[in-house]
Amino acid sequence: MTPAIELRGVTKRFLTPSAGVYTALRDLNLAVQPGEFCAVVGPTGCGKSTTLALISGLEPPSEGEVEVFGKPVQGIADGIGYVFQSDAVFPWKTVLENVAAGPRYQGASNTEARTRARDWISRVGLTGFEDRYPYQLSGGMRKRVALAQSLINGPRILLMDEPFSALDVQTRSLMENELLGLWSASSASVVFVTHDLEEAISLSDRVFVITAGPGTVKSTYKVDLPRPRNVAEIRFQPRFAEIYEEIWSDLRDEVLVSYERQKRSGAA
Amino acid sequence: MNVRSAAARLRVGVSAGIEQADRPTVDLAARRRQEARRQQLTVAGLRLLVAVVFLGGWELTTRFGWVDAFFWSQPTAIFARLWIWITQGTELGPLWEQLLVTMEETVGGFVVGALLGVVVGVALGRSRLLSDVLGPYIKGANAIPRVVVGALFAISLGLDIKSKIATAAVLVFFVVFFNAFQGVREVDRNLIANARILGAGDRQLTTEILIPSALSWIVASLHTSFGLALVGAVVGELFGATAGIGELIYNAKNQFDAAGVFAGMGLLAAMALLAEALITALEDRLIKWRPPVATETRI
Repeated sequence: MTPAIELRGVTKRFLTPSAGVYTALRDLNLAVQPGEFCAVVGPTGCGKSTTLALISGLEPPSEGEVEVFGKPVQGIADGIGYVFQSDAVFPWKTVLENVAAGPRYQGASNTEARTRARDWISRVGLTGFEDRYPYQLSGGMRKRVALAQSLINGPRILLMDEPFSALDVQTRSLMENELLGLWSASSASVVFVTHDLEEAISLSDRVFVITAGPGTVKSTYKVDLPRPRNVAEIRFQPRFAEIYEEIWSDLRDEVLVSYERQKRSGAA
Repeated sequence: MNVRSAAARLRVGVSAGIEQADRPTVDLAARRRQEARRQQLTVAGLRLLVAVVFLGGWELTTRFGWVDAFFWSQPTAIFARLWIWITQGTELGPLWEQLLVTMEETVGGFVVGALLGVVVGVALGRSRLLSDVLGPYIKGANAIPRVVVGALFAISLGLDIKSKIATAAVLVFFVVFFNAFQGVREVDRNLIANARILGAGDRQLTTEILIPSALSWIVASLHTSFGLALVGAVVGELFGATAGIGELIYNAKNQFDAAGVFAGMGLLAAMALLAEALITALEDRLIKWRPPVATETRI
């Protein structure tokens, strides 16, 4: 079977403002199967977000190949949804207009786009808020808008960049459960970037551990916890603790390396 | 985020107050309202006092001959002149005609300049090449004291409304242009990435992301630029005209009529204040997606 996403020997370098070269990713290999939920964990600044930018086509790789459903990525690929870490819903559009934006950009008529948007607004539980502007919503509600906005286009690949990191703990586990519900109703592959190992394990089928920058896949772990899962309770299962311990012993070293580096650059 | 947590804290504080005793909270709210009303009255009273002291001082110093009323006029003479203009008309014709002429020139110049400013600003904001090539020229043109183009337009476009509109438009253009340009440049990169991933093409990116995002910058610049449009129209009239408030002031100056100059200035100020109110209303309509400004910060 062709993997949904495949990165082979990918290196990504950026020019820094001081004309230096910064290597974000080095020789990264990673494959995600269709319908699979994968989490990417790693210390701060290991190039997790860069990986998503490469898959989405927002950034081209410096070396190596990025393929989506067997086709090399050139520019922004079709069938991709992207949920950003910070708020990326359009502040000048109402909830309805925000969710309807995708279909409209794809060429749907205004009426059709709005009908579909209403459906998705109800699926993420925002019925009654169609005419609100984002500033009138809570952080969790804005995330729901962002989810509906990405999912309405029926993406085959959903990229998520620490989407829930700004939410409080209760809202967060609610949103995680809703995400799992929405995902299981679709057939999308998900790449979920997070620095929170607990979140990574409770959501995903597989966890990639990325090394301290320049990032590369250090190891891959299968999460063999049964589905459907309740994110708020799954962490009490003994198997969860085992997996957590296993991955953490691996991740800890990378976090320490990254931390030491930050301390040094902070002291310099 | 901060506002919300502050609001939450406030709510906790209020409910705690209610638990302790019902009556004191009610009294407290009533007293707050009373205090606020008293504060408003104090401000209004002090404002009136400033006007009375200023105008009264002016009137008295000229009456006593400490300040020469011939050069500096006096409030009563200015109001008398305004009254004559209103009831008997000016030497150029009825007063409302002069107001209308200047208003037409100002609004015409404002609209032309603002539209050009937005179009060119967005175009240059979008295109790196265009902005690199044209940047130095625009900066250079901006460095010229631009009111002098009024003289040029008086020669080339004649003494009618066209030369005033052109002068006003030039003044407005640069302010709006720089704001539109900056507004487009400062668009949140995430919003652009999001729109592109959702499938937005170049046109949709411009009309649905760049322009709305730049709009708060552009509208903010409209407040200053309406004043500049008025400057442009009046300067244009000073360079040569047959009607308008600027021409009225110019005539008064030629007759050493200080009261006429002040009366003209008062009329211009009134026009500017009216326009300011209209632009604020427009701003509230255009940018209704922005959280309302806390009333305390409004002046």
